[in-house]
Amino acid sequence: MIELEGIGYRIGQNWLVRDINVTIEKGTLWGIVGPNGAGKSTLLRLISGELPPATGEIRLFGKPIHNYEPKELARLRAYLQQKRDLNFPFISLEIVLFGRHPYLNGTKETTADLLIAKEALRQVEADMFADRLYPTLSGGEASRVDIARILTQAPDLFLLDEPTNHLDPRHQVQILNLCKTICDDSKTVITAIHDLNLASMYADRLLLLKDGISVACGSPETVLTLDQLSETYGIPFEVLPHPDGYPWVMPCLNPS
Amino acid sequence: MQKRTKILFILIGLLPISMCIAAGIGAYQILPWRIPRILFFREEGFAVLVHVRFPRVILSAVVGAMLAISGATLQGIFRNPLADPGLIGVTAGAGLGATLWIVLIGGGALGVWGLPVAAFGCGVLVTVGVWKIAEEQGRVRTLTLLLAGIALNSFAGAGIGLMTFLADDEQLRSLTFWLLGGFGSATWHVVFVTLPIAAIGLFVLSRQAASLNAMSLGESEAYHLGVSTETLKRWSVFGVALTVGAAVSAAGGIGFVGLVVPHLLRLLGGADHRYVLPGSAVGGAILLVSADLFSRTVVAPAELPVGIVTALIGGPFFLWLLFRFKREVFL
Repeated sequence: MIELEGIGYRIGQNWLVRDINVTIEKGTLWGIVGPNGAGKSTLLRLISGELPPATGEIRLFGKPIHNYEPKELARLRAYLQQKRDLNFPFISLEIVLFGRHPYLNGTKETTADLLIAKEALRQVEADMFADRLYPTLSGGEASRVDIARILTQAPDLFLLDEPTNHLDPRHQVQILNLCKTICDDSKTVITAIHDLNLASMYADRLLLLKDGISVACGSPETVLTLDQLSETYGIPFEVLPHPDGYPWVMPCLNPS
Repeated sequence: MQKRTKILFILIGLLPISMCIAAGIGAYQILPWRIPRILFFREEGFAVLVHVRFPRVILSAVVGAMLAISGATLQGIFRNPLADPGLIGVTAGAGLGATLWIVLIGGGALGVWGLPVAAFGCGVLVTVGVWKIAEEQGRVRTLTLLLAGIALNSFAGAGIGLMTFLADDEQLRSLTFWLLGGFGSATWHVVFVTLPIAAIGLFVLSRQAASLNAMSLGESEAYHLGVSTETLKRWSVFGVALTVGAAVSAAGGIGFVGLVVPHLLRLLGGADHRYVLPGSAVGGAILLVSADLFSRTVVAPAELPVGIVTALIGGPFFLWLLFRFKREVFL
């Protein structure tokens, strides 16, 4: 369980995230949605422990997050970053094996570690470029290798910053299905996501942010409403029920 | 056996061979395979080997190892394969210390110790300055560290330039020779002072390898993988200041080793720092032993500054590799 109590973060006088109160239950898939610059990534980095909050406290599995050692924390939560740049000729398999770093104490990876890494690559359909140099991969291929690295880290909490970026529909759905499987295993996924329909399809809970403040929080049905979306994004929306039951969201050109 | 393990074994095998060959060649020729016999039976040539050649060969190996592993470490910290051990100010600082000593105090003051101690002290001092400038609330931003290094490097460069301007002819000569680097003054004293510093430095640096791997994905990624990035930077800069300070004070400014050797290792066996760091240490030792051999034999009885030789061999060799592996190299 992850508890956020009055979380705020600022740079100078500028609040990037303000007064967030959320309790995230084990085994749920949370989506953080909102416009560019709403504070989605900042909130994820706060939950990961990378940024110290200016106000409030974050408790991870009952213990304040700043009381964890970096290595201990790395075994509990993993973070998938949006941007990546690597200047050294590592192959994909090595990048995935970095996920074992918190378990290794500087020693060499064992055969067991190698098996975990290969299985993770297979799960994201990236095993065919295990031996390719990572910097030569396309954006989508590199994304999948990164997700394999997070899986290899085997945490209880997955923090994903727009994992579906750069991916084609097949792999978007595949990654989100994977997130579902992870949650069924009573682990927790919190993901920032731009695609409101994918969020609606997959997330158990949504947190809608605007200017660092929580606009709405709850099930997709209660969050993805016409008024809240138009208010947050500043454009008119149409919300329809999808045949499968979840709300189907479209920006509309000519509001009636 | 893995390819990397093989490369490491080959390098470790080549090091003593290159050292024996280097110890044998010179004005007085000794065949390498006769060295054990000469040492054991104290045959003719014993004095040359023990008092002249050995300290020089050992010192050049140690200095090469220190420069190369420092280069590899800083490239990892700055996540840039073009980083050089001089970036955090230690080389220029040590150079400034040495020139100040030669011009203002006199090269021979305090016997053999004055110059190297001044160089080492000043090198470490400038690096501490760079670190302090970059430090903010107990955290050091890598980019600020780089910029502070560039700023203090330029100050130290100005100081060296000023001292060169003020120096008389004789001072200028010893100054130039020192700045270009060389092992002409290698004695057992220097070896014995350098060795413990090298041991500490190499130990500290080689322990950072796994964390440097995670660091290559970026500082926040490294943190998310459980690396204490501040501790990593602190130990790395400490180790580099120690080893490069010792290297420069023992042998002057020798360029290119710290840049070329880690690159070679990456081209041969990939980027894993647990292989690149030890491999660079051994490879740097071999390179500098060979370069020193070349520098003292090619224009014998005179001696070329070894810094010229490393640049002369290093440059074209590096270019050749670059062309050969063009598609796989990331700059």
